[in-house]
Amino acid sequence: MQTGNLLLLLVAMVALAYYLGLRRSLQMARPLGGIRHLQSLPFYYAMRAALWCALPALVVLLAWLVFDDGIIRNTVMMSLPEDIRPTSEAARGLLLSQIQNVASGALPADAGPPEIAGAADLLVRLQKINTMALSVVFVVVAMLGGAWGWVKIAPRVRARQQVEKILRVLFMLCALVAILTTVGIVMSVLFESIRFFSQVSPINFLFGLDWSPQTALRADQVAAEGAFGAVPLFTGTLLISAIALMVAVPVGLMSAIYLAEYAGAKVRAVAKPLLEILAGVPTVVYGFFAALTVAPFIRDLGESIGLSVASESALAAGLVMGVMIIPFVSSISDDVITAVPQVMRDGSLGLGATKSETIRKVIFPAALPGIMGGILLAASRAIGETMIVVMAAGLAANLTVNPLEAVTTVTVQIVTLLTGDQEFDSAKTLAAFALGLMLFITTLLLNVVALHIVKKYREQYE
Amino acid sequence: MSEITEKVRRSLARRYRSEKRFKAYGIASVAVGLIALSILFIDIVGKGHSAFFEHYLQLEVTLDREVLGIDDVTNKEQLDYANFSAVIKQALRERFPGVDDYEKKRQLYALVSNGASYNLRSELIANPDLLGSTRNVWLLADDDVDLFLKANAKGREESRLSDLQQKWVEQFERSGDTDKRFNASLFTSGDSREPELAGIWSAVVGSFFTMIVTLCLSLPIGVAAAVYLEEFAPKNRFTDFIEVNINNLAAVPSIIFGLLGLAIFINLFGMPRSVPMVGGIVLTLMTLPTIIITSRASIKTVPPSVREAALALGASKMQVVLHQVLPLAMPGILTGAIIGMAQALGETAPLLLIGMVAFIVDIPTSPMDAATVLPVQIFLWAGSPEQSFVALTSAAIMVLLAFLITMNTLAVLLRKRLERRW
Repeated sequence: MQTGNLLLLLVAMVALAYYLGLRRSLQMARPLGGIRHLQSLPFYYAMRAALWCALPALVVLLAWLVFDDGIIRNTVMMSLPEDIRPTSEAARGLLLSQIQNVASGALPADAGPPEIAGAADLLVRLQKINTMALSVVFVVVAMLGGAWGWVKIAPRVRARQQVEKILRVLFMLCALVAILTTVGIVMSVLFESIRFFSQVSPINFLFGLDWSPQTALRADQVAAEGAFGAVPLFTGTLLISAIALMVAVPVGLMSAIYLAEYAGAKVRAVAKPLLEILAGVPTVVYGFFAALTVAPFIRDLGESIGLSVASESALAAGLVMGVMIIPFVSSISDDVITAVPQVMRDGSLGLGATKSETIRKVIFPAALPGIMGGILLAASRAIGETMIVVMAAGLAANLTVNPLEAVTTVTVQIVTLLTGDQEFDSAKTLAAFALGLMLFITTLLLNVVALHIVKKYREQYE
Repeated sequence: MSEITEKVRRSLARRYRSEKRFKAYGIASVAVGLIALSILFIDIVGKGHSAFFEHYLQLEVTLDREVLGIDDVTNKEQLDYANFSAVIKQALRERFPGVDDYEKKRQLYALVSNGASYNLRSELIANPDLLGSTRNVWLLADDDVDLFLKANAKGREESRLSDLQQKWVEQFERSGDTDKRFNASLFTSGDSREPELAGIWSAVVGSFFTMIVTLCLSLPIGVAAAVYLEEFAPKNRFTDFIEVNINNLAAVPSIIFGLLGLAIFINLFGMPRSVPMVGGIVLTLMTLPTIIITSRASIKTVPPSVREAALALGASKMQVVLHQVLPLAMPGILTGAIIGMAQALGETAPLLLIGMVAFIVDIPTSPMDAATVLPVQIFLWAGSPEQSFVALTSAAIMVLLAFLITMNTLAVLLRKRLERRW
């Protein structure tokens, strides 16, 4: 039976365990004179039986699924005669996939040596036994667990405490998912990056000026080494992010100031949600807009005044990205500006300063740390933004700071290197993970600093 | 009057001017944002509205037994091999006699979409009596013809159709044999190389499965994590560490989650590529921080007096949380969940890395079938060279935006309707 079906079956069994548990606890309560003579409410006895039914079975299922593939593969390998058993890891993988293909019928059985056909047979048999055994064990464990929970129902049992304890542990495990995710991210980018840096020196990667990973496809090509100098990518990313921030910071900040200090309640109620729509528009939409509307427009505009503009200019991608992050800047600025205590405004106005003088000389300096935090968050968002640049920026790595030329970015390269066919040991695909590592470290630093500043700032006026 | 007063008075005009300027900057900034928003929407709608309609050409078609190679309509095999496009070609030749050159014939046949023969086939299956009959039939036009018919005089000059083809299409137009109809296939079929046949339904279904997986995982995990952190967690370093992690994850670029999915779920755990299940898990990890943060904020707004009252009545801590606090915090949690889902629905980058960029024609039937999602479909179509795909992409964007706007409006309404001020 398939795992999905097993889980469905489990749901039914859990429901049954709950129902039987509920009935039994009610039955036990009757001779005692009602449920108030039970230690816990019947619900908890039933829950306890249901948990007994579900948890052990799930643990068994998980452990089984983690180990079964490896064990089956090993057994199949061991069944092969000594002399054709491969020694290297790569050859082993190759042989295994050949056996799997024969087993699934993708390859004819007589394609290889007879041992392969035998191994494929064994594989099919083992897989059949495996799924059968798993189903049986799973169902038996669930039934036994449920029965145990049912038998153990007694008026004195502290069912509520036990159920609550289990729930609490489950809640904690859920909170741990956040840590696991971080660990997973670090692991996935770190390990592949280490493999990458064993092939390409980190110094060449960080300071090299030449990026052309596409040449590294075959070992016998002239430029077989490939060039993995990431500086053009870094400058390209910074160029586009800088353009984006040049749009978003003034516009976002001034609109936050206007909405917080000048605008009436009605204007604010309309304009603020409208601006926030900009943050909710999917990035792929911005990418489409940048590539098909803004970029041609800028190119035509440039040509009409005699400038040569690339059709995938950094300017187009940067401008659109800037529009996208306006709401990030404005909403954080809005928060910090409204958090500045009213007394500071009143004091300044009382001394005869105009409203704009109060904003520029009192509120803005007071809110500056918070605004800086917001800008850093916006910068991290711009650096990590993918779809706009994938669709509207170029693929060729040009080392330039001219916004009218096409540049490529870190995220664009990650996507290009990892979509399509890939083999997992080539420097080309590993390079994507090294770039991912750089991206993760940069954005992490920006975020940590930004969150720290914002938090510090909040405490200041609380 | 003292000197200083005099000085202040003289500077007043300048200061008021600068005040006005400053305010004007503010208004201009808000205007820039709003104008950018409206240009974006107008541009998308302007490009996409035409894709909701497509043109049909009327031809006199004879369902000739011999040309089709059918003598028994109930025979499924014969129907499968029947040559419906030959019937259409014949009809085109009869309509424009004298086209004998191979190249000209090719151009003539290109007027009608490849999909038209499928329509003829299903019509014949629905009504077997049609076999052998001659009648006027509306056939789906090719996308270039469709574009030509939709274009104005200036756009027609730039059409990809040859002069000969343009003449033919104009003849159709003059005799009233063209018809603009609602493009139902946009909403019912999967991806296709032919723009006039391509639809978003497979992507919508893929998005649906992905969102189901995301919702089923992220809502319970997110709420449980929020409850733990807000109500049960001891105030120690470990809890702080979890919090720092969550805050940082909320700002990690989405593409990093794609790398995680690729390295851990696909390469390490051996999960299949391109399936909504993996996509849903990756998006869960991405939206979890949003849901946890909003759920925590919502739990925090429940006043302590509620908890204390329940505790005083003898409820256990867990009962207080599950029976009192969570129901009161639910509107806020659901709002956060909807916003998180909207975020996930529009996400593209991580899904590209886990292989959801496949060309999917079939409608997926379960979360384990290869599928693509709406934003990725938009990305794929945006990269297609054919002109008609621009309109199609914009139309798909309009559908996506409609979903997102609905979800966000729902979130706002929910908040307004259910949230309590304490």
